[in-house]
Amino acid sequence: MAERTFRIWRGNKDGGEFVEYKIDVGPGWVVLDCIHRIQMQHATDLACRWNCKAGKCGSCSMEINGKPRLGCMTRMNSLPDGPITIQPLKTFPLVKDLVTDVKWNYEQNKRIPPFKPKARNADGTHRMMQEDVDRVQEFRKCIECFLCQDVCHVLRDHKAHDQFVGPRFMIRLASLEMHPLDTEDRVEKMRKEFGTGWCNITRCCTEVCPEHIGITDNGIIPMKERVVDRYFDPIAWFLGKVFGKK
Amino acid sequence: MASSTAIGGHQDNFAATLRTDRWWLGPTLTAAGLIAFFGYLTIRVFYAQYVWADPYMSPVVSPPLFTPAAGYKGAVPVNHAWLGAFPAWWPSFLPKSPGFFFPVLAIMFRATCYYYRKAYYRAFAATPPACGVRGVPLKYRGETALLIFQNLHRYALYGALFLLVFLWWDGFAAFFKNGKFGFGVGTFLLLGNAFLLSCYTFGCHSWRHLIGGKLDCFSCDAQSRARLGVWKKSSWLNARHMQFAWFSLAWVALTDLYISLVSMGAIKDLNTW
Repeated sequence: MAERTFRIWRGNKDGGEFVEYKIDVGPGWVVLDCIHRIQMQHATDLACRWNCKAGKCGSCSMEINGKPRLGCMTRMNSLPDGPITIQPLKTFPLVKDLVTDVKWNYEQNKRIPPFKPKARNADGTHRMMQEDVDRVQEFRKCIECFLCQDVCHVLRDHKAHDQFVGPRFMIRLASLEMHPLDTEDRVEKMRKEFGTGWCNITRCCTEVCPEHIGITDNGIIPMKERVVDRYFDPIAWFLGKVFGKK
Repeated sequence: MASSTAIGGHQDNFAATLRTDRWWLGPTLTAAGLIAFFGYLTIRVFYAQYVWADPYMSPVVSPPLFTPAAGYKGAVPVNHAWLGAFPAWWPSFLPKSPGFFFPVLAIMFRATCYYYRKAYYRAFAATPPACGVRGVPLKYRGETALLIFQNLHRYALYGALFLLVFLWWDGFAAFFKNGKFGFGVGTFLLLGNAFLLSCYTFGCHSWRHLIGGKLDCFSCDAQSRARLGVWKKSSWLNARHMQFAWFSLAWVALTDLYISLVSMGAIKDLNTW
């Protein structure tokens, strides 16, 4: 057991402060274990959202030493010596201590036109080949921890919540747009309502994703390219008209 | 106990962060690398001398549309330029550099490249300088206003593909000196240059999209299945796009430096001729 110091932000939307706690940390502990120990020993009213402790529910998102991370997937021995600073997510309104209100994300999800499948085959089935769904299955790994939304500077620093839906919903759009059975066209909305042009490809969303989804390379950039197909590439537009859309 | 009035302890001034790692190192090295390599290549384009050491042609000037007929040491011979010597109307304040023509396509390709966008947005524009670090607190419009031209990357790709043909040609042409087959260090530098630039170009996000990424169904017909195969190979290169971006950039500079030193007579080319 080794003593470690934590500086945890305590407060609500009206203000607050960093409060220092010292606890003994055991081998193999993760940051969420430490928060639970602090709740048990020092601050029973410390608010922290958590659920699975296995990196699959996406609840315990927080900023550890300034980086958006999952508390349950951040091992203590991966952190440098010295005090460990823990903050709530910056991008979303604070509720209390480490808990933020992430409902804005669910509102964005509702804005996205849902899956609209093509007609069934003559035998009454929908068939997809594995190679056609491999791409979109990557996006289904998303656990909605919203770390990508938190680190995206468009939302985090520039508060452009009205212009850009954020990386999480760009990959939601990608998963629908690339789906082999989907017939809905979302390209115009992607440009005009969901803000593909607001992303400047600095890839922080990809860096923080605990599921290692290629958010930028496999989701956002392909969507930007589909917007280019429609609005910025007359050659592609012309060839599509002549030879059919491919 | 340290107090804070900022909600969540998040300060909003430039470069504010509670990160404890050396987050500044990445953008600093990137800025240094970009300044060094693009600075060197820009100087070489304007200097326009010692770009030819028979049979090697520097990629900084290839393919040459015009070449100076006289007054430039180590210039590309007039019979190797597509349209011969620079015309009389060429402005006197500009050096007679073949690098002002087709090689500009390579600059456009790199300048609008999705990888380089990350690199220079972080290193120079600080939007943001690093993840979780507050960027420049200025009005931000992303790539919707002035930077909307980034959408022209696809056209830059078309230009880069055109250029690539001639860079491979230069590599194979470097096997022949005065009609005699052979090879030298420069031959392999030029072939390596074309190879690395091919890896960089065919890993381009726009290429990956055009070649197959734009399809929703890879199994629908024979053409789509063939495109899936190419898309997968492009995806492999795309996953290493940053590495190829830097290796190919450094290799262009290295190849040019070697040819210029041979052209000056500062070093002797090891070859079989």
